[in-house]
Amino acid sequence: MTDVITRADPKPDVPVVSPKGGAKDRWVRRAPLLPALIFAIVVTQVPFLVTIYLSTLDWNALRPGDRPFVFLDNYVTVLTDTRLQSALLNTVLLTAGAVIFSMILGLALAILLDRKFFGRGVVRTMLITPFLVMPIAAALLWKHALYNPAYGLINGIFGGSTDWVSSYPKAAVIATLVWQWTPFMMLILLAGLQSQSEDILEAARVDGAGAWKIFTHMTLPHMRQYLELGALLGSIYLVNTFDAVFTITQGGPGTATTNLPYEIYLTTFRKFEYGEASAAGVIVVILTIIVATFALRVISSLFRMEESR
Amino acid sequence: MTTLATPAVKSSTALKPAARRRMGSAIWGVVAWVAGIIFVFPVIWMVLTSFKQEQDAASNPPTWVFTPTFDQYAQVFDRNIMPFLLNSLMASVFSTLLVVILATPAAYALSLRPVAKWTDALFFFISTKMMPAVAALLPVYLLVKNLGMLDNVWTMVLLYTSMNLPLAVWMMRSFLLEVPREVLEAGEVDGAGLVTSIRKIILPIVSPGLAATALICFIFAWNEFFLAVNLTATNAGTAPIFLVGFISSEGLFLARLCAAATLVSLPVLIAGWVAQNKLVRGLSMGAVK
Repeated sequence: MTDVITRADPKPDVPVVSPKGGAKDRWVRRAPLLPALIFAIVVTQVPFLVTIYLSTLDWNALRPGDRPFVFLDNYVTVLTDTRLQSALLNTVLLTAGAVIFSMILGLALAILLDRKFFGRGVVRTMLITPFLVMPIAAALLWKHALYNPAYGLINGIFGGSTDWVSSYPKAAVIATLVWQWTPFMMLILLAGLQSQSEDILEAARVDGAGAWKIFTHMTLPHMRQYLELGALLGSIYLVNTFDAVFTITQGGPGTATTNLPYEIYLTTFRKFEYGEASAAGVIVVILTIIVATFALRVISSLFRMEESR
Repeated sequence: MTTLATPAVKSSTALKPAARRRMGSAIWGVVAWVAGIIFVFPVIWMVLTSFKQEQDAASNPPTWVFTPTFDQYAQVFDRNIMPFLLNSLMASVFSTLLVVILATPAAYALSLRPVAKWTDALFFFISTKMMPAVAALLPVYLLVKNLGMLDNVWTMVLLYTSMNLPLAVWMMRSFLLEVPREVLEAGEVDGAGLVTSIRKIILPIVSPGLAATALICFIFAWNEFFLAVNLTATNAGTAPIFLVGFISSEGLFLARLCAAATLVSLPVLIAGWVAQNKLVRGLSMGAVK
């Protein structure tokens, strides 16, 4: 983890540990941190260690008797099982689809909101509202009130009798997620747009640069870190998507929308294959660590930028 | 629209390009309004439907004109939504309190009087946020079950605290860094002790940030579904759990579903609207101001 922490101390004039203060001073400094640190370690790290241990057992909760140690067998089972592979693929498709579309829409809306117009505050409030609806309520709303073939609003307005969820399960889930997450992207990108120096933009305009040229040559490069931050934070949240899948499609039809969280949920609480579920969980964590390493790098570089301003 | 056009006319200097620019911005304003209405429309539809009778709710073509009724809300309360709302309130409020109590001193030790390896600690917190809950669900479930704490609100309080802790630490840290060091040092020179400087200098500056942090933590705890659906049932079921019954209803109770969905979303809608200026900072863990 240390390799990602390359940022310089933003306030180098502050002695991190005063030279004459000995062990006592260090503990005085640490004291306020310890409760939170210990809490986080106990509640988040210890269960994970237990997960690693469970992943080496052949344990189905429906089968009484002993739980033999099988070392890596569960990993072999899980990695060769096509269900996990398809769940992995679905996770990537659902996450990437939702992140990409909500980024594009979010950028467009942020550019709109960056202008001054009558009622901008009201429009912004309207635009963030989807993000504030409880996710499972949003999923239910889309499933029953919008997608339903007989009386859903989409068919009600545009006609036809398409069963959106069965015909386009992935798109149905992604559209719901995009609706909820576009406001998130919009807020981050809007903050980026508004942190542009107005003077420099004005200077470019005076020099005769057109709107498109300013956008591609100045705004987009400036926005790069905000786009990266939005994409990575969005991915962190969306890769764990459970509510929408659980509600709209139950992973179906077949396994068309079963993503990793839902697959592990099924393995744990429907099939009671505790060993296999744990192995799948460990694999997910390893994948997350790979993605998260990139995320941390982006976040720390953004902090460097914020603090150097 | 008229309000937009008037200043353009009034400015007698009305240079042609300037006028055109105003015209252009008016058009983009209309586009923004249309986009906003499209985005919020499903929510408006949800609220509208919640005031309908069931036969108007599940009609094709959609019913636009109807006599509003509170029947569905009455139904939802008849079906005992109150315990679910109270459980959610308890889990969200107590976990938020606990988060603030744990995170604020920690953020202090990572910003104003930093410990030696403060970056490591900071990134440790955020890395726990990145760990998917599915990976820890089974051991948590087994432990909670063995302790007899399944379906218990306090279990949810503890879990939501750990879920929101990294967010709160990062967010509080970004607010604490805004306390001007000179003021703190001046206070120390004047003989202000730790308690005095916290009470007189730090708290007044960071209290809006503290409120924003608490609101964001409340929102995430209130909306949490994955842990709640796996670890609670009838006793400690939170508001999202009340909605689970509607998943397979096939819209037989669409209006009632909308009433319940509106009701459970309302606290967060209000909290989010109130805190919308701080929302982005919380969601980006303090990275974006």
